[in-house]
Amino acid sequence: MAVEPVRDKWKNPITEVTIGALKEEGGTRASVVRIGGETTMPFLHDDGGMPHEPVVAMEVWDIEPTEMADELRKYYSDVYTDPAAWAKKCVEQYGAAMICLRLMGTHPDWGDRDAAHARGAVRKVLDAVGVPLIILGCGQAEKDNAVLPQVSQEAKGERCLIGDITEGNSKTIVASAIADGHNVICEAPLDINIAKQVCILATDMGIGLDRLVAFHTNGGLGYGLEYAYSIMERSRLAGLGGDKMLATPIIAVMSTETWRCKEAKAPESEFPHWGDTSRRGIAWEALGATTYLLGGTDVLVMWHPEAVKTAKAFIEKMMKK
Amino acid sequence: MALTGLEIFKHLPKTNCGECGFPTCLAFAMQLAAKKAALDKCPYVSDEAKSALDAAAAPPIRLITVGVKKPFQTGNETVMFRHEETFHRPTGIAVTVSDAAPEDEIAARAGRIAGLSFERVGMQIGVNLTAVRNDSGDPAKFAAAVKKVMEVSQLPIVLTAGDPAAMERALEVCKEDKPLIHGATAATLDAMCALAKASSCPLTVSGGSLDDLAALARDAAAKGVQDVVLDPGPRGMNELLRDVTQSRRLALKKNYRPLGYPFIITAAESDPVMEMVEVGVFIAKYGGIVVTNAIEKWQMLPLLTLRQNVFTDPRKPIMVEPKLNKVGEPGRDAPVLVTTNFSLTYFVVEGEVEASKVPSYLISVDTEGLSVLTAWAAEKFTPESIKKALESSGVSDLVDHKKFVIPGYVAVMSGELEEETGREVLVGPREASGISTYLKTVWKA
Ligand code: B12
Ligand code: SF4
Repeated sequence: MAVEPVRDKWKNPITEVTIGALKEEGGTRASVVRIGGETTMPFLHDDGGMPHEPVVAMEVWDIEPTEMADELRKYYSDVYTDPAAWAKKCVEQYGAAMICLRLMGTHPDWGDRDAAHARGAVRKVLDAVGVPLIILGCGQAEKDNAVLPQVSQEAKGERCLIGDITEGNSKTIVASAIADGHNVICEAPLDINIAKQVCILATDMGIGLDRLVAFHTNGGLGYGLEYAYSIMERSRLAGLGGDKMLATPIIAVMSTETWRCKEAKAPESEFPHWGDTSRRGIAWEALGATTYLLGGTDVLVMWHPEAVKTAKAFIEKMMKK
Repeated sequence: MALTGLEIFKHLPKTNCGECGFPTCLAFAMQLAAKKAALDKCPYVSDEAKSALDAAAAPPIRLITVGVKKPFQTGNETVMFRHEETFHRPTGIAVTVSDAAPEDEIAARAGRIAGLSFERVGMQIGVNLTAVRNDSGDPAKFAAAVKKVMEVSQLPIVLTAGDPAAMERALEVCKEDKPLIHGATAATLDAMCALAKASSCPLTVSGGSLDDLAALARDAAAKGVQDVVLDPGPRGMNELLRDVTQSRRLALKKNYRPLGYPFIITAAESDPVMEMVEVGVFIAKYGGIVVTNAIEKWQMLPLLTLRQNVFTDPRKPIMVEPKLNKVGEPGRDAPVLVTTNFSLTYFVVEGEVEASKVPSYLISVDTEGLSVLTAWAAEKFTPESIKKALESSGVSDLVDHKKFVIPGYVAVMSGELEEETGREVLVGPREASGISTYLKTVWKA
């Protein structure tokens, strides 16, 4: 007798967020990325729909990353002193759907560069590539509040994804995003209640729920991955189940979090039983990325081109009905 | 789902004769429900009652054991998502060996597979099974290959062969170690079930759809083979995810017995990174055993780390004992460092101290298994708890200086810490990767 399948029926779709604005929409992007809108847990196409496939953004810095792993340096040392060249390479050679520009150079401990420097970097990248832009501050609240409003103006109308706002720091950045028409990344420390609270803070200030993306400060594979993976599943289940403040798309950062892991970069000469160094780093980033996709991630921020290739091929295979 | 005392009571004789050691059948039923007594204590239970109770009380997904020397178990899973409780038995990884290869290659490959084991965060994580494939189609070669594998490896074996004759020859060589017979299709079910019963080994059944699998599993059970593993056969990752998710739901939510078994999945992606990713999908999502040709260390270390993460019990962080630890042979001038007793933190820091080649004392402060910043935020890594750990460690009798190094991320408490401990507090680097240079260049006794 036929097996009678058990379907999960969800009544609340995940919000759809549009990143990037074409010329006729007031921006200068050649392409726009739409994420979210799911009515099923990841890739279970018999339960519901995934109108937009997850996308891979690639990370670019406003300064040369001094401690970049050798395996990554091989791909980026020719461009990483110039954000425009770096962004172009990611888009043209590696197929990045978006560029994630991290303004690390503005961090007090990384040169403490000013807002003008940051505006310059954003302008360079906007002019160099046609894909939508994610802009991350340095993560230090006071400095982000000084820099991000300026950067938001520089990119006015481009409908970027700007972050991060946190429970303790949201007003300034949300106000700029509203004024200049951007989306916002809501960060929470692997805590579903704080994640919800940050979205409430943002929407209370008047930004639409369809302009918020959640970031759960995920760690890399082996460094707290299971915490982020479970927070993603819990929040996606709650969102689909009707909790609007947890029904946002999710972004996961595999770039910096993977390449600070020892197993991703330690040389085989030092750890012979860990196997080939370059393939191991690629595997570390790729496996972390695909696992977070299974948890509900909509945007992956990645670094290694080979890991990007695997993640994109994986998405294509898993999106087949 | 587990039965309640009342539901069990319905099946008992209700004569309250007391021979089971309990005054009444109801009392006995309550103990049975709490799994504190065994049904066979009551000599008067009817056979129908016994089979009804056994079936109903059986866990929704049967527990399967493969191997005797290094037994591997899969099954008895209880939830769809790890955060609902925990995932219980880590997905088994089986790496293939072909019987068509020359004997010395078979031995070399089996040896490599047995060596795919690592120590991480204080635990041994390794490949679990060797899958010997009857690619040659020759029963004699299949048996010889299994024999050769057993000479070099203790890992339990998955015997992959479609021909019952080849399977029979291989079982003659290794049935004492209870290999997994992989396996039966509709056409070979009778013959393979006979072999499974004769050797009391677990058997896989493979079919084109969940309906086929359910029918085959039911037929196998009717033939007396209870230890069944479901093989969905070659399909795309997306279809495999759909089927393993669906049958886990049916087993857990509907107690659907014909699919109440673990899954064995053969990863089919050929690109080496994607091959690894495919195995990873079924570590995260409901794979009982995943068979793969992947054998490189750079593929297995990430996979085994992923498994370690996914199968960590969310209810309890992995901790190390809070105590004084020696790294190398520390002397009177050796550095003293404090960290937390969260395994990940402790072993990351210990690894870096070791790498510095500077013999040191490393004190794991009891933070109930929280990492540095988490414990600091949760007020478990404080001047008071650090002082307590320093004093109970007895380190003052072992070194002449009164200094100790704290993690850079909690530099803010160094002042208060000096007052509390009456010792000189040195602020170390934020990341453990800076410890080596710090100990070699900054530390002075
Ligand atoms: C996993 C995680 C959790 C897990 C706990 C895991 C655990 N067992 O600790 C959970 C989900 C439970 C959790 C909870 C909370 N967390 Co938390 N958590 C994290 C996360 C994602 C990773 C932490 C981790 O595992 N790090 C890995 C270990 C190895 O790092 P570590 O212990 O710090 O050790 C490193 C260094 O300190 C150094 N080091 C360690 N020891 C020593 C010793 C010496 C001598 C030296 C020199 C160096 C050194 O070497 C190590 C490697 O470099 C981080 C953010 C992130 N992505 O890192 C947030 C984070 C630590 N958590 C944070 C917070 C706020 C919390 C909560 C308070 C959230 C809340 N409000 O409820 C709670 C607190 C817990 C509680 N019960 O109240 C904040 C802390 C912010 C702050 N400045 O205090 C962080 C930074 C997130 C954020 N960005 O806000 N958390
Ligand atoms: S031995 Fe059986 S019949 Fe007698 S009291 Fe116990 S349960 Fe009841």
